[in-house]
Amino acid sequence: MSSKRYVMVVDTRLCVGCKACVLACKSENNVPDGYCRDWIVEDIFGIFPNLRAEIRSERCNHCSGAPCVDACPTGASHVSEGGVVLVSHHKCTGCKACIAACPYDARYVHPDGYVDKCTFCLHRVQRGELPACVGICPTRTLHFGDANDPSSEVAQLLRTRRAKVNHPETGAEPNVFFLT
Amino acid sequence: MHRLPVETVTTRLNHAIDPSLHIWGWEITLYLFLGGLVAGLLILTAALELTRRQRPTSAALQWMPLVALGLLSAGMGTLFLDLEFKLHVYRFYLAFRPHSPMSWGAWILLLVYPAGLLLALGSLPETTLRRVPLLGRLALRIAAWSQQNRSLVLWTTIAVGAGLGVYTGLLLGTLTARIQWNSAVLGPLFLTSGLSTGAAFLLLCKLDAVERALLLRWDLAAILVELLLIAAMLLGFASGGASAQLAGAALLGGPWTAAFWSLVVVTGLLVPLAMELLELRRHLPLVALTPALVLVGGLALRAILLAAGQDSGYRLLP
Repeated sequence: MSSKRYVMVVDTRLCVGCKACVLACKSENNVPDGYCRDWIVEDIFGIFPNLRAEIRSERCNHCSGAPCVDACPTGASHVSEGGVVLVSHHKCTGCKACIAACPYDARYVHPDGYVDKCTFCLHRVQRGELPACVGICPTRTLHFGDANDPSSEVAQLLRTRRAKVNHPETGAEPNVFFLT
Repeated sequence: MHRLPVETVTTRLNHAIDPSLHIWGWEITLYLFLGGLVAGLLILTAALELTRRQRPTSAALQWMPLVALGLLSAGMGTLFLDLEFKLHVYRFYLAFRPHSPMSWGAWILLLVYPAGLLLALGSLPETTLRRVPLLGRLALRIAAWSQQNRSLVLWTTIAVGAGLGVYTGLLLGTLTARIQWNSAVLGPLFLTSGLSTGAAFLLLCKLDAVERALLLRWDLAAILVELLLIAAMLLGFASGGASAQLAGAALLGGPWTAAFWSLVVVTGLLVPLAMELLELRRHLPLVALTPALVLVGGLALRAILLAAGQDSGYRLLP
């Protein structure tokens, strides 16, 4: 059995863009006003009146080849358990190289001076709970788990459904997948 | 039905991230400019001594390594101002991250000081060194060592200076998420621009005729190489994929076109090139305006590329 690889799977066919995930994250992680670690993107396709919408709950992609980790000069941005990309606040100088390096613009400077982002709620996962956004999702759009465990829900979804990632051309190997 | 979205709506509105990235401002512009300028000053001061095979006679050149270190300190000051968590600045020196150009830069900056100091102590006259309070005797001993090992000191200064000049460009060039910076040319371009601004800074000082003539020729060469590198960068963008084409478009008809071509290419390169050619061929006196324009162009190059790069990113692509 290989090591864990935590991924998130977002079913765009179920998401209604209610933003419960955004609020749950802000509440769970004390995200300051005016900032968010996850967000909703709505893409409209087609020509009126034949329109189609794709709604996605997005966040840090915890990339397997994370450019933010490579760019960090102090080691504050690092890869933790299950491939989760974290920022050690006590090592962060706020140089913002990681923000410039992130192809998904998923990071921001916390008002306290360190760079902040989604952690996949690793503190909850280590207690055996789901990330706050996944736990609260009323339409069961969000799924979280270990992609390296063939019996996990996320592995089965990725095996049986058509999935994509945002901007695969970045080469960063993102770990948030969108079912279409 | 179209495969690409006709409209995208997002709820994200993070400060300094949305609607477009703006994390680095005048502090980093000035730092990149001063870093390049200092690299140029150190390389050229050492190169002049190597070429003439004699210690500099003009006071400007004798003091230039110390002036360069002062300018570098000012640059590091603006770098410090940019840090969001200033108390953690020491963290740069508790780690070396080989994948991070910023980490390389932090350590290169530390190497520049002893190299510049050795260069300076070997250049300054003994009478000046004797007047150094408290450390006069130590200064004389280091000066003697620097003069005995002059070739080593000069080549080390050139190597460290080149590292400083190249890294400021590579720092941006390796942040591939910013498609405008996605060019390997940025490293050599910033080094060449640093050499050109260094020569311009020296030409504003009081030098002897031989030093002036040499610097003028070197600046001409640097300007020509810089023009070629800019052409290579634009060709690279134009012949690349979708993200590269978007980056090229920003400078070839897009929002940064007017500023880039007017300030960097015309004011900072073509006009000084013509004026320096006139001085060399027609022996028309070099006015202070020419080096001043080169300095303005060097500053504009950093300011425009820094801003344009932050304006660019994968969010602009479907």
